[in-house]
Amino acid sequence: MLLLAPTVLALAALTVYPGVWVLWLSLQHRIPIFEVSRFAGLDNYAFLAVDPRFLNAGRATAIFTVASVALEVVLGLTAALAIHAQRGGRRLALSFLLLAWAMPAVVTAKLFEWLYHPTAGLINVALGARSLNWLGDPGLALPAVVLADVWRTMPFVAILCYARLLAIPAELYEAAQVDGAGRLATLTRITLPMLGRILLVAVLFRTLDALRAFDIMFVLTGGGPAGMTETLTVYAYRALFQTLQLGFGSAVSVVVFLLVMAVAWAYLKFLRAGTTVAA
Amino acid sequence: MRRPARRIGTLGDVVVLGALAAYAIPFFWQLLTSFKPEAELLRVPPLLPSRLTLAHYRVVIEQSLMPQALGNSLGVATITTLLALVIGLPGAYAVARLPLPGKHLLLLAIVASTAFPQIATVSPLYLLMRALDLRDTWAGLVLVHTSFALPLTIWLLAGFIREVPIETEEAAAVDGAGLLGIFRWVVIPLLAPGLASTALLAFLFSWNEFLFAYTFTVSGASRTVPVALALFPGVFEVPWGDIAAASMLASVPPVLIVIVLQRFLVRGLVAGAVKE
Repeated sequence: MLLLAPTVLALAALTVYPGVWVLWLSLQHRIPIFEVSRFAGLDNYAFLAVDPRFLNAGRATAIFTVASVALEVVLGLTAALAIHAQRGGRRLALSFLLLAWAMPAVVTAKLFEWLYHPTAGLINVALGARSLNWLGDPGLALPAVVLADVWRTMPFVAILCYARLLAIPAELYEAAQVDGAGRLATLTRITLPMLGRILLVAVLFRTLDALRAFDIMFVLTGGGPAGMTETLTVYAYRALFQTLQLGFGSAVSVVVFLLVMAVAWAYLKFLRAGTTVAA
Repeated sequence: MRRPARRIGTLGDVVVLGALAAYAIPFFWQLLTSFKPEAELLRVPPLLPSRLTLAHYRVVIEQSLMPQALGNSLGVATITTLLALVIGLPGAYAVARLPLPGKHLLLLAIVASTAFPQIATVSPLYLLMRALDLRDTWAGLVLVHTSFALPLTIWLLAGFIREVPIETEEAAAVDGAGLLGIFRWVVIPLLAPGLASTALLAFLFSWNEFLFAYTFTVSGASRTVPVALALFPGVFEVPWGDIAAASMLASVPPVLIVIVLQRFLVRGLVAGAVKE
């Protein structure tokens, strides 16, 4: 018990206590600069239900999460299969991928801000003469943010899949070969099923991260243009620290919190159900 | 022993490596930009500059907050990592080895706190930091970074400890070693690679963290690298070359870790996902 005391104390003070406190804050009208601080019940949540900006942020969060996770899984899986099939240079290959993953998201944002530059950006140069204003065009901004996020986090999915591929026993492949299975059959009957579980885990981790993503859109677009990339986290942050509505902003962040917990819970249920079926 | 999936040959290897090198172009492009003369930055094509210059690095080092920020980040990330290991190692050992009442619940709480969105705790932590007068200090940042470094540390270390064969510990106990002795002479040496993986990840997460660092810092006294980069000043126009140089400096530790300590990094990443 003594061994655990510091852990329990630290987590209680830094996670559980603020976690309860934020619920309490979200039930208040609290604007420090005007010295407003009073109990408001569910007013903040009632306002959210009809707040168009909140609904818009929910839409941006949903699109961002679904699009980035889907792309990451497809690309990550492809990259893992390709690296696994290599005979040499795997370490170098992994280095290129990990480079993108290991840097701060703020650096990623700065990298892509420069790549998206309307006239001198590498992306527009590569596309030819057309000068698309990636971050300024309401139709392009969210895809641009998704692309930057996918670039940064796809390697995580790739590494997990790659590690799982290494653990598949060679006998399985030999047996398949003996049975005369072609490459496609080997892929769909052996490799992909063996990857199923790790893919689920990767999707879980990535979904949780995408739902709470903040740095990339905050630095790259600041939520603009016209709120197209303003996700729930960015909205919550602005309410908290730019308009200084601690109560209302907390209500928005509680929504993010509940969303994350609900997704985590659903996935764990699903994973556990999957295990029982498999066993 | 030739696996069917491995029959793509040297040409295939080159194609895959080429594609992955292309994947890293955003990084290399920024690297090139950081050495480009100011006058050539917005004139693309040509892609390659006529000459290379250190001017942007000079500006960043002499006139920006970046050097201070690098010091702050290094300090905060190192102390956070050490603190998380010191608190987390005994905790992880207890979780992995000792029969505890309510252990299942505790593990669930630890996993749940790794999933905690930072945005959900940032407002109470802000009030807490203000009340304790810890805003704009290393101590404040170390505390909030520990809130995510610690659960991660316990999660990873508990898994690594379970990999240490319990027989070695039992043998030591038979030889009369106490819990502390077992820890010092048996567990820690066998755990060294796992400790390295864990420390690397904790360090990286603290180094990269933005939301808390942005909220709880006010000045050069504690601003970390991501914050300094996000707030990089431009007076009349965006100083793309300087920003490129600053972002390269911000990437030095992560890049070093990827190149030199890749094995430990990958091991930690994978362990975090598969232990359940």
